[in-house]
Amino acid sequence: MNLSYSAEYEQFRAEVRRFLAEHWTPEDAAATVSDPSSVATLGGAVRTDSRATTFRLKAIERAYLYRHVPRRYGGSEQPLDPLKAAIIGEEFRQAKAPGEVVGQGPSMLVPTLLEHGTEAQKERFVRDTLLGKIRWCQGYSEPGAGSDLASLKTRAVLEGDHWVVSGQKIWTSNAQDSDWMFALVRTEPDKPKHDGISYLLIDMQTPGLDVRPLRQMTGDADFNEVFFDNVRVPAENLVGRRGQGWVVSRSTLKHERALIGGSHLTRRAFDGLVMLAQALDLRGQPAIKDPTIRSRLVELEARLLANEYQGYRLLTMSARGDEPGLAGMVMKLSSTTLGYDIAKLAMDVMGDRALLAPGEPSAPAMGMFGTAYMWSLGVLIAGGAANIQRNIIAERGLGLPRDARK
Amino acid sequence: MDFGLSEEQVLLKDTIRRYLETECPPPRVRTIMEAPSGHDPELWLGLAGLGVLGLHVPVEHGGSGLELLDAALAAEELGWACTPGPFLACALATVALVAAGNHEVGTRWLPAIAQGDAIVTFALGEEGDEWDAGRLATRARGGTLTGRKPLVPYAEIADAILVAAQDDDGPGLWLVERGAPGLEVTAQRTTDMTRRVAAVALTGAPATRVATGRTATDRARDAGLVLLAADAYGGARRCLEMTVRYVLTREQFGQPIGAFQGVKHQLADLATELDPALSLWWYAAHAFDRIRDRSERHAAIAKAHLTDLFDRVARVTTELHGGIGFTWEYDLHLWFRRSIFDRAFLGEAGYHRARAAELAGW
Repeated sequence: MNLSYSAEYEQFRAEVRRFLAEHWTPEDAAATVSDPSSVATLGGAVRTDSRATTFRLKAIERAYLYRHVPRRYGGSEQPLDPLKAAIIGEEFRQAKAPGEVVGQGPSMLVPTLLEHGTEAQKERFVRDTLLGKIRWCQGYSEPGAGSDLASLKTRAVLEGDHWVVSGQKIWTSNAQDSDWMFALVRTEPDKPKHDGISYLLIDMQTPGLDVRPLRQMTGDADFNEVFFDNVRVPAENLVGRRGQGWVVSRSTLKHERALIGGSHLTRRAFDGLVMLAQALDLRGQPAIKDPTIRSRLVELEARLLANEYQGYRLLTMSARGDEPGLAGMVMKLSSTTLGYDIAKLAMDVMGDRALLAPGEPSAPAMGMFGTAYMWSLGVLIAGGAANIQRNIIAERGLGLPRDARK
Repeated sequence: MDFGLSEEQVLLKDTIRRYLETECPPPRVRTIMEAPSGHDPELWLGLAGLGVLGLHVPVEHGGSGLELLDAALAAEELGWACTPGPFLACALATVALVAAGNHEVGTRWLPAIAQGDAIVTFALGEEGDEWDAGRLATRARGGTLTGRKPLVPYAEIADAILVAAQDDDGPGLWLVERGAPGLEVTAQRTTDMTRRVAAVALTGAPATRVATGRTATDRARDAGLVLLAADAYGGARRCLEMTVRYVLTREQFGQPIGAFQGVKHQLADLATELDPALSLWWYAAHAFDRIRDRSERHAAIAKAHLTDLFDRVARVTTELHGGIGFTWEYDLHLWFRRSIFDRAFLGEAGYHRARAAELAGW
């Protein structure tokens, strides 16, 4: 075991700082696009403007971003080093500099393409996705296929060199702003349900594709229904083999990076919470001086640290070629419940000011913690609701009997 | 960067596990815990033979010269097996003696601890749940100690007691040998019968000064917090394992109760909390060994978190057993009781959370 920040790392930190001082000025940071809802969920501004892109390219060149992606596809291809990654994250956050683009493209599609995509698909999509030039949404859930995702019915029929897609997706986050969708569709209706699914990349501008917004509990409409009426998709947009879509989509879950990314967002939310508690007064003193709030903060920090170090452990296991087993299965449930509890404490830290709606000028931080609180519930449901995670953990992790299912 | 165990560490854990499975199964645990001393010299020498008692004793004093992490891995296994005896007492004394750097005292006691020939314990806490080296009432004057230490692990069988106390210059560490005049040790009945404590009264008892200042005491306390966290993890793991086995065999309504989602989800939640917590105490141990500026706070956080978890796991798994879980005959309560020691000794969770908040500068 060796995690100490040796002189080498301190030197690395100094290099990162010099780079940031040189390439990301306070004026750059001040130009931050402030979108309260993304700030609330992601804890920092999400930018893909040209200023940010120019900066990201330099940061990739210096091997500070996309360290797990090969150089030829736009990454910086570095050996696994979570300590360096942590230093980069800390310093970039400090400087309010654009880090890796947040979204389902970089976190889910890119690892999937790197593992299963054709050379042409990787060339075409990975680099632009990493820079936020191509924005992705995920076409998985359907009205009749939620927890039981493999029962999905949207079908694709091969006609010549095109797949013709008909059906409906739902809960599609950011479909209204996306350029492309990675979708699961049924291509082999006669096969058993898991074996009849394919993974398809669909241009959102294709005729016959209709996006209709759904308003979520926050009051905004970030997710959608997407309807497909004979949407023609070039056959070359199939990822992996026909009928292998389930396996292809599951492979993303193995990518430990996504797990680390999860705790990274939780870290930002926690740091934001601490700053809030330092900034706000409760009954005549900073909230952070309140013994109950201090105790709850440390409880949450313990869970956060456990998840962060568990990330180190998972990375070490993966570097050694060990199977993560239970350790990998619990991360989603662990980090989403933690995210929910962090957001909840932020509500309590605001005290009666939690009554003020997001966007209300007199609300602390423009009410973004209220939005974050609601979003933390959405995250608990998204990508496999908590009870589905519990079933997976109990059945595959602990070896308990499987639920009866068809 | 590497955050995993070495081959030697995995081997160490396996060796201890195999030894305890054969030499310290629950019936043996019960025999030892029901004996007057709560200690079994034969088991103790067996552990010494495996090197468990000298893991973090320096090589020049006859130990393996390893780190707290290695001792914590042993503590995890001892917690898993609910092993009775003064392991924690001797481990704290070892850390204090090493940190004190007093060659003469170290030479006298460390080799004996490593070989299992001497039991040395560590007396820190005082009346009113006081664990702060700077607030102790026990006084050193003219080579003697006077004061009360109400809850000292295995003081009754200890050959020597390291006593944290204060003199006119502030905190320090002294050593009192068994049979010293003015030393009175009174055994106490304990909730956790696998870790005994005794009340120690010192009335002008002759004592050797071991260290000046509070560093040695603080290091021993921090090591203790990590070892308790590791013990709690091992104990909680065992409770979970026993319960998974039970719900797979116990049938109601025509099926194993482990097939009911109510049961599955409770166990899944415990596993979800427990599994990442391993990395928290690993890190705390590693910080104690190598990242000094994070050591104190991480020890406090890990102790609070893991002992809270052990309590929860022990309670929920007992509940999942139904009536049998509440019996004396069934073994689960041995760990439930053990969780009470892990929580209460060296200060409960709330105290350490308050310390962690203070140490963060909040």
